[in-house]
Amino acid sequence: MLMKVLGWLPWILTAAVLLACANGQVRSVAQVGISTLRQRLGAASVVVVGIAGVVGVLVALLAMAQGFQATLQETGSNDTAIVLRSGSQTEINSALDHAATVVIGDEPQVQHDAQGRPIASPELVVVASLPKKGSSTDANVEVRGIGQDAWALRTRVRMVSGRRFTPGLRELIVGARAAKEFEHTELGSKIDLGGQPWTVVGVFDSGDEHDSELWGDADVVASAYRRGDGRNSVTVRLKSPQQLDAFKAALASDPRFKVDASTTLDYYSRQSDLLTRTIRILGTTVAIIMAIGAIFGALNTMYAAVASRTREIATLRAMGFRGGPVVVSVLIETLLLAIAGGVIGAVIAWALFDHYTASTLGANFSQVVFEFRVTPALLAGGLKWALAIGLVGGLFPALRAARMPVTEGLREL
Amino acid sequence: MKYLSLIWSTLFRRKTRTLFTIFSVIAAFLLFGLLDSVRGAFANVGHNVAGASRLITISKQSLVVSLPTSLLMRIQAVPGVSAVTYANWFGGYYQEPKNQLVTEAVPQNYFTLYPEFVLPAAELRSFHDVRTGAIVGQSLAQRFNWKLGDKIPIQATIFPQKGGSNTWMFDIVGIYHVSDPNLKAEENQLYFNWDYFDQATQFGGGTAGWYIERVAQPKQADRVARAIDAISANSDHETKTQSEDAFTAAFVSQFADIGLIVGSIMGAVFFTLILLTGNTMAQAVRERIPELAILKTIGFSNRSVLSLVLAESVLLLAIGGAVGLAIAAVAVSGIRAKLGPQIPMLPVGTQAWLRGVALMIAIGLVVGALPARRGMRLRIVDALSGR
Amino acid sequence: MSPLVEIRSVSKVYVRGKQKLEVLHHVNLDIGKGDFLALMGPSGSGKTTLLNLIGGLDSPTEGTLTVAEKRIDRLGQSELARWRASNVGFVFQFYNLLPMLSAARNVELPLLLTKLPAAKRRSHAAIALELVGLADRASHKPGELSGGQQQRVAIARAIVSDPTLLVCDEPTGDLDRQSAVEVLTLLQRLNRDHGKTIVMVTHDPKAAEYASHTLHLDKGTLVEAAAAAESPS
Repeated sequence: MLMKVLGWLPWILTAAVLLACANGQVRSVAQVGISTLRQRLGAASVVVVGIAGVVGVLVALLAMAQGFQATLQETGSNDTAIVLRSGSQTEINSALDHAATVVIGDEPQVQHDAQGRPIASPELVVVASLPKKGSSTDANVEVRGIGQDAWALRTRVRMVSGRRFTPGLRELIVGARAAKEFEHTELGSKIDLGGQPWTVVGVFDSGDEHDSELWGDADVVASAYRRGDGRNSVTVRLKSPQQLDAFKAALASDPRFKVDASTTLDYYSRQSDLLTRTIRILGTTVAIIMAIGAIFGALNTMYAAVASRTREIATLRAMGFRGGPVVVSVLIETLLLAIAGGVIGAVIAWALFDHYTASTLGANFSQVVFEFRVTPALLAGGLKWALAIGLVGGLFPALRAARMPVTEGLREL
Repeated sequence: MKYLSLIWSTLFRRKTRTLFTIFSVIAAFLLFGLLDSVRGAFANVGHNVAGASRLITISKQSLVVSLPTSLLMRIQAVPGVSAVTYANWFGGYYQEPKNQLVTEAVPQNYFTLYPEFVLPAAELRSFHDVRTGAIVGQSLAQRFNWKLGDKIPIQATIFPQKGGSNTWMFDIVGIYHVSDPNLKAEENQLYFNWDYFDQATQFGGGTAGWYIERVAQPKQADRVARAIDAISANSDHETKTQSEDAFTAAFVSQFADIGLIVGSIMGAVFFTLILLTGNTMAQAVRERIPELAILKTIGFSNRSVLSLVLAESVLLLAIGGAVGLAIAAVAVSGIRAKLGPQIPMLPVGTQAWLRGVALMIAIGLVVGALPARRGMRLRIVDALSGR
Repeated sequence: MSPLVEIRSVSKVYVRGKQKLEVLHHVNLDIGKGDFLALMGPSGSGKTTLLNLIGGLDSPTEGTLTVAEKRIDRLGQSELARWRASNVGFVFQFYNLLPMLSAARNVELPLLLTKLPAAKRRSHAAIALELVGLADRASHKPGELSGGQQQRVAIARAIVSDPTLLVCDEPTGDLDRQSAVEVLTLLQRLNRDHGKTIVMVTHDPKAAEYASHTLHLDKGTLVEAAAAAESPS
């Protein structure tokens, strides 16, 4: 609750300060300050660049977390469920025998297609090694063996080029992101799986984490990796999201196997949890420390600014201008610099990092390719940090300016 | 260093301004210390003296595919191989799924290939004697407060026991530590007997996850690696052997280009720092032109004035940098104590300090260069008459 | 005995943009060892310029300048700096002490350029402060001293390395009557009791009375005047 209030504070205070411009006294004092800004370009740039740095780094790191999380979250939905062996938590660790996969598909909560077959896809997940583009070392890429029932389940998938693989043959289709990230992924290339050459026959796009994978016929993959008729997981379409609990209960009551079921949304979101949380903590920590540095830079600049204007401020106050407008005018100046810095930092982060492609080791021990996402919310957040730094950095100099004894200031004349 | 007191007084002439600048420098070097510690942890994985003579052999298909145990004898026979062992990945977690562990099932001779894991001989003997014995790293033991003799249950994520249970019980019979502070991240493993795994697991037994070999002469490593791979060429278990260094580097690079991330952040941080301290120094010198002129009238040469200003800016950076790094060192040891293996961080050691000092000096010189030049070049007559 | 300072046909020309300004025209002057010379003249007459040349702060455009038998007009910037360190002590109108150093440390400054160890430096500085009567103010900063006291500290600094020559530019210009008398008496004492050669620029005739000779400069050339009468004690 407190965090929410604190979150709105910079906006509110800034708005208050800017609204104060309506006051004539404030405007006159502020004009004195802003007109001298050009003379102190060096000092002013310290504030602008310092804040730009904070905002840029913060937005970039959070965009990394945002992109990774988005890629994974979009992979799931709450009307499909994934079933793994109990305790496994990720597909690569799980193993289900053939009989279990059939039983799972036959549960009454599972949706049926037009032909009356359950929309259930038992899938195999293995890891292959491929060099990343521009590198000589191998990286892990996820290979998913699917059956023909997968297409009914995965309706988001569309072929971008080439065609689907032919069941029974050593053919692969490559996810769009995997195609960008790994070598040997063009149509017609050969990839070595299980000691045998496989041919890439198509590129698919599913708009989520699966774009980092290679897909092939489950039976052929199974024989290449000597996995028999067992599979890693079964993914089903539920009749409705509300059927999940009944589905889990039905699975739990079967004594022949022990499995865990959850919606794919839950499953994939959980995978992004640790990494996104780590990046967000890292980003916020770095930004806080940089912000402290920026605040001291701003304090220096604004104290110097106030000091250089002692005479003018004292004269104005001797003429009858009150302390309040002086405080506000100093804050306005600082905020203008802070906004400039925030905008510059945000623009740089957006220009350099939006849709920047990166990859990391995912839950299945293989590369997950994702793009940084610089969202408007992130940019607004960055700007908020800029305002907060400006307010803190300008407050104390502002108070000093307002409290300076008038006679002391005039003596400088 | 008779000039030190002169430089010091000059620096603190405007106490508030200098202090604020120093605080900004402290913030920058605090970040440097923290990020460098993370970068070092990733970069140093596998870089150790003992590791220089080790090779890792995995299935050519991928790391997750197992190899037959029959390879052990055949690899041992390869000329140049002085010792060979293997290990199986087990995984698992302790108490809660978020406490994922690095657990491996290893044969009895595993620790002879890892001399950097130091533990008393008696504990190693217990590992041999007790079937369910486990040897854990000191950092891991500290994290969960495990002591010798504790019985701990580990929840399997991949390999259930034959009866179907996911719970594997282990006895802590040994705790190893690593002397090299750069390798502290290696104290997070749990090793248990391969025999126990082989007997009790529902599946996955009877195979080796990967092999580790020691080469008699590290210079021969490439030749030996190729010879090892030749054994399994054209079989259904083709292997890929490489130095431990190369293996871990490839592994780490899959996670993230930590060096790039840290480098970019520090680049931004130091850029803003240079601007900030540069501005302070420029202001300071501008105000002190008359005083610098006095020094010149007294007889300080142009070069002395240049050096004085440069020394001042380096001192500014040095004070802030040293304090910042010191805070980072304290913070890192605190974080490591509390969060342990969850955040890979090296303690802030000699190398970090050396890098830090080099940066302080370099930035100090860059920042002071223009103001120093200005001071050096001032014409006494003009400066004294206020022009 | 050859004079301490020999100035032969010295001219100084300043170039400001396209304009050439000749401030000194072929000045000839001898200053003997132990002299206390006052240089007077209206503003713009070139007296400060001449002082700067004698003190090695600047080099003449033409002519020769010899101090203690060394041709200083031939010296380069860094050589001049070295020469100044051991041969000249400066006293300025606005004292020009370093504000963040104590009086003792200010006086010690010129000694930093020597190889003297710290203890020796401090004792020399103490002696100099004693000489100007400010030993009890050694640890005060300039901000805590009156104008007259600051100028005396400046004089202590000027003599601490026992220079050949003391060069003073309007030393009493910023002082009240009382302090000015103190400073001028001190300079006179340094000249008479300790044999220090002093060249002083001033626009105040009363100050010039403390010197043993007075010379006038007008539009860059010297106008000789009779030696000043003995100053009142």
